[in-house]
Amino acid sequence: MSRSSWTGRLRDAAARELPPEKLLPDRQPAYVASWIYVFGVLTLAALAFIIVSGTLLALKGPGWWHGSAVGHFVNSLHLWSVELFFTFMVVHLWGKFFMASWRGRRALTWVTGAVTFLASVGTAFTGYIVQENFASQWIATQAKDGMNSVGIGAFWNVLNFGQMLLWHVTLLPAAVIALTGLHVLMVRVRGVAPPIGIDPATGEARTAMTGSAPTR
Amino acid sequence: MRTALRPHDWEAGSWRGATRPYDLIKELVVALIVVGLLTVALAAVFSSPDEAGVTLQRWARSAPNDFVATAASELDGSSGTAAYGPPYNHNGNGQSIGPLHIQRWIGVHIPVDPAGDYVISPLRTVRGDPGVAAALSTYTAASTSQRQAWASNFTTALSAAPDGDPAHVAAGDYGPVPTLTTGLLGLAQSGALDSQLVTPGSGFYQNDYTKPLLFLADGTYLSDLAQQHHLSGNQWGMMNETGNFPGQAWLWLYTFWYQVAPFNHSGNADALVWAIMLILSLGLVLVPFIPGVRSIPRLIPLHRLIWRSYYRGHPAPSASEADVPAVDRGSPSGPPTTS
Repeated sequence: MSRSSWTGRLRDAAARELPPEKLLPDRQPAYVASWIYVFGVLTLAALAFIIVSGTLLALKGPGWWHGSAVGHFVNSLHLWSVELFFTFMVVHLWGKFFMASWRGRRALTWVTGAVTFLASVGTAFTGYIVQENFASQWIATQAKDGMNSVGIGAFWNVLNFGQMLLWHVTLLPAAVIALTGLHVLMVRVRGVAPPIGIDPATGEARTAMTGSAPTR
Repeated sequence: MRTALRPHDWEAGSWRGATRPYDLIKELVVALIVVGLLTVALAAVFSSPDEAGVTLQRWARSAPNDFVATAASELDGSSGTAAYGPPYNHNGNGQSIGPLHIQRWIGVHIPVDPAGDYVISPLRTVRGDPGVAAALSTYTAASTSQRQAWASNFTTALSAAPDGDPAHVAAGDYGPVPTLTTGLLGLAQSGALDSQLVTPGSGFYQNDYTKPLLFLADGTYLSDLAQQHHLSGNQWGMMNETGNFPGQAWLWLYTFWYQVAPFNHSGNADALVWAIMLILSLGLVLVPFIPGVRSIPRLIPLHRLIWRSYYRGHPAPSASEADVPAVDRGSPSGPPTTS
């Protein structure tokens, strides 16, 4: 493949930034030994169940779960996987905050994670207003005032079931999945931040004597 | 190509300390099994809420007095929707954030004519009721001020009647309005109004419930039910759902503002709360770039708990000196190396 073409250069850059040992490493720094690290992958697992249960609901259509025991159970799976998703994600987010995980050129990792959280809130919100029941009626009529007050409601109408359903099952999940993928890639490219005060070049506390800047 | 790191980027370097075996795929599989079992267990034990939605028919049958009062308020322009302003009509300015009248500036994009859409147009479909037909003719032939006077008189009389019962309003100059609202009540009780208010997407298929939801929200029936379900705004309603379910707990901060002054009594509460949340959301995204906020983890050393096992073997300096970037104090060993 010609390395002078943009596709060749893109491939080279991808291979350089994400070699197999970075993409799927079999070793991690010794400090990656806390339960807090589990919440990232738990969030991913919950997202997988949201997608699977949501896909099942989509296959049978929006009204299925109201009159079918099986449909209602799948809806319950969808609800509880969302609750778990947010629980794990919030713990993950606070954990990363108190680990200052944006240190060392990892700001984009934090930014993609935070934007994913916000996109997830929007996705879950649209889910609540397309339930076609009393809660969706009430939440939509209440939420419209906030949307309208800042001009969003004129274009993003929470009372329009068709518009909200499409956002919920296509646009917003696509955004969440893409952002999650980007976030995970950033984690793999940059690695997990070292403990605060520890120099990754030596694995020891960074002091005046070890203050030489490491290379990447 | 290898590039030099800036002095404060020393934490970006590759890890050259001790490592430990780590099977990412195994971790993901175990997580999927654990979360799968947890999800199935929670779904099986707690199920999910599904309180049936309110139809206009149910509203008209369960609370006919409220329905008639709401219909009258659509005619006299005193309903929430009639006085709303953008994006539904020009009858109000909407909310503002100080001098920023975004709602008004955006303008009307989803036109709603409460009197026409909710009362007059549906009644035009009624056949075989000479009383309603005559009332419609009288109403539409009258001047705007006359219509307004009839409707306002009737709304005032309804509010003074026992239980707001239209059958017990005092005699007055209401014109054809009582006949119109009674006719609409009958239409709603038959179930015909439900489909008539849904905006037709293509003349047959329907998916936009803006008009019936606005009409429903103009009455008190829906909000009374919400109050019973602990869903009102002053009950942290936006984050709750029917039954004993966690709801959207992640909206706690958004809902919180509505519980405290000045937002719990401000006419611009929605706009102000949205402005605050937009700023806070932006702040969350930009935490790494906000001086002070990004230093909180260094001041509240929870990281020492998280990495306690590593710190035991590799003591780190205290927060006061450990995490100030070397560049801020002068790099003790000269400029960064290039390799």
